[in-house]
Amino acid sequence: MSTTEVSPARAAAAPGTGPAPARRPRTFEQANRRLKWTMLAPALLFVGLMIVFPLVYTVNLSLTDAFGAVNAGKAHVGLQNFADALGDTRRFWPAARRTLVFTVGAVVLETVLGLALAMLMRKPFRGMRWVRTVLIIPLLTTPVAIGILWLLILDPTNGIANHLLAGVGLPRQEFLGSVSQSLPTLMLIDVWQWTPMMTLLLLAGLTTLPEEPEEAARVDGANGWQRFRHVVLPMLGPTLATALVLRAVDALKTFDILYATKGAGGGSDFEVETLNVYAYGLTFDYQEYGLAAAVLVLFTLFIIGVVVLLRRRGGRKTA
Amino acid sequence: MTATVTPVPVPVARHLRRRAVRSWLRGIAIAVVTLVFALPLVWMFAAAFKTNVQVTDPSVGLWFSPTLENFRSIVEAGQIVRSMGNSLLVGVVSTVLSAVIAVPAAWAVGRFDMHRTGSLILVARIVPAISLLVPWYYLFAQMGLVGSYTVLILSQMFVSVPLIMWIMISFFAGLPVELEEAARTDGLSAFGAFWRIALPLAAPGTATASLLAFVFSWNNFMFALIFADDRTQTVPVTLFNFISYASTDWGGLMAAATLITVPVVLAAVLGQKYLVAGLTSGATKG
Repeated sequence: MSTTEVSPARAAAAPGTGPAPARRPRTFEQANRRLKWTMLAPALLFVGLMIVFPLVYTVNLSLTDAFGAVNAGKAHVGLQNFADALGDTRRFWPAARRTLVFTVGAVVLETVLGLALAMLMRKPFRGMRWVRTVLIIPLLTTPVAIGILWLLILDPTNGIANHLLAGVGLPRQEFLGSVSQSLPTLMLIDVWQWTPMMTLLLLAGLTTLPEEPEEAARVDGANGWQRFRHVVLPMLGPTLATALVLRAVDALKTFDILYATKGAGGGSDFEVETLNVYAYGLTFDYQEYGLAAAVLVLFTLFIIGVVVLLRRRGGRKTA
Repeated sequence: MTATVTPVPVPVARHLRRRAVRSWLRGIAIAVVTLVFALPLVWMFAAAFKTNVQVTDPSVGLWFSPTLENFRSIVEAGQIVRSMGNSLLVGVVSTVLSAVIAVPAAWAVGRFDMHRTGSLILVARIVPAISLLVPWYYLFAQMGLVGSYTVLILSQMFVSVPLIMWIMISFFAGLPVELEEAARTDGLSAFGAFWRIALPLAAPGTATASLLAFVFSWNNFMFALIFADDRTQTVPVTLFNFISYASTDWGGLMAAATLITVPVVLAAVLGQKYLVAGLTSGATKG
C-alpha cells in the first residue's frame, strides 16, 4: 500500500496535479479501487436491495389505507395511520410501554448479573472450558424450545417450579398462566437465556485490559471493590457500552419466545404484547398493512433513538 | 505472584488461609451458577425420556427408567424428520452462499478502511425484521416463490451476510497486514494477496462465522413462520405447531424440543472456543 512505486501514481491520480497522466492507465490505486468494489458489491447489493426496497415500501405503505390483500387497491391517507397509532391508548401505547419495561428490566438485570459473573470467572480456573460450554448453550438454543422448556417448568399445576416453591413453604404461582405475572416471568426467562452473552462479552473485554493500573491501585492500598469500581469498570466502559447496545437492540425486537409462549396478541389480555408482537398481529392476523407499517416506522425510529442515546452516553462516559 | 508486592505485613498463615477460603467460595459460586444455567435444559432432556404420567409429576425428578416412546411416536408422525431435513438444507445453503459473498466484502472493508460502508451492517441489525416481511412477501409472491426453499434461503441470507461480515471484519483486522504487503511486493496482485494469503489465514474465522450463521438459521422462527409451507416447514415452526395441537403431550413436546436442541449442544461442546470467539468478536473494539 505504501511502497515507493505507488507514491507517484497516487500523486498523479490526485486531481489538479498537472495534466492527466496517460502513461499508466491502470495504476495500483485504480486496480485497488476496482478490486475493493468488486469484492464488496455482491454483499452490499444483496443487503442493500433486501433492506432499501422494503424500507421504502414500508414507509410508503404507512401513508396508505392498505388492508386485506397485499396488492389490493389503496389510497393515500397522509399521516392518518400515524395519528391513529399515536392516539391508540388501548393497544399501541401499552405495547410501547411493555417493550420499554421488558427491555430495560431484562437488560439492566443481564448487565449487572453478567458483570458479576464475568468478574467471578475472570481468573482462570479448572473446568473453565466446561462452564463456558454450559453458558453458551442457552443463547444458542432455539427460542421456541426455550419457551416450551419453561412452559413445562413453570406449569401452574404440574411444574417443578411450583413443586419447589411448595417445598420451601412459599405460595404457588401462576407464572405464564396469569395476566400480571407473564411479562415479569418472560423477562426472567430472557435474563436466563441472555445473561451468558453479557458475561462472555465482558469476559472478552476484561482479557484485553492492561494489568498495570490495577496493580498500581493494589499497591496504593485500594481494596477489591475500590479497584473494581474505580479502575476496572472505567476501563471496561467501551466494551460495556457495545454490549449494552447489542443486547438492547435484540431485547427490543424480542418476538419468538413471546409468541411461542403466549400466542398471537401476547395473550388473552395482550399482557405480553410488545410493539413487535403488535405489528406482527396487525400485519398477519388483521391484514391492517397501512397501520402496521406506521407502527413499524415508529418502532424502528424508537430503536434508532435508543441506540443513539446509548452510544452517546457510552461515548461520553469513556471519552 | 502478587504476594511479593503486598505492602501490608499480614501474617503469612492467616493470609494463606483466607485465600484458600476465598478460592473455595469462588468455586462454589461458579458451580451454583453453572447449575442454574444447565439444570433447566437437563430437565427438558430428562422429560423427553419420561412417560406422560411421569412428566406431569414433578416428584419424579431425575431418577426414573427412561423410555424412547416419545421419540418413536414423533418420528413416526413424520413431520419432525422432514422439518429437520428442511432446516439442514436451508441452513447449509444459506450459510455457504452468505460466506461466499460476505468474506470478500469483509476483507475489502477491513483492508481498504471502508468502515463507513461497513456500518450498513449495523443498520441491518437494527431494523425490525417484521418491517421487511411484508415487502418481501409482496415481492416474492409476485415471483411465485412464497413457500419455496429459495425464499427461506434468501431471507436467511439477509441475517447471515451481515453476521458473517461483522465477525470477519474484526477477524481480518486482527491479521497482520504485513504478510499481504510482503506478498504484494513479491508480485502478487491485490486479489492474489486476498486469495492466497488472507483467505487461508482466515479459515478459523470463516469456520466460526459459518457455524454461528448456521445455528441462527437453524433457530430462525419468524421467517419460516411466514414464508414456509407444509412441505418446506423448518423445525422451530413444527415445534410451535406442536404446542398448539399437542399441548397435553408433554413427552412428545419435550422429545421434539430435545431433537432441535441436540445439534446446538453438540456444536457448543465441539466448537466452544470458536463460538465464544465469534459471539464476542467486534465487541471489544467498540
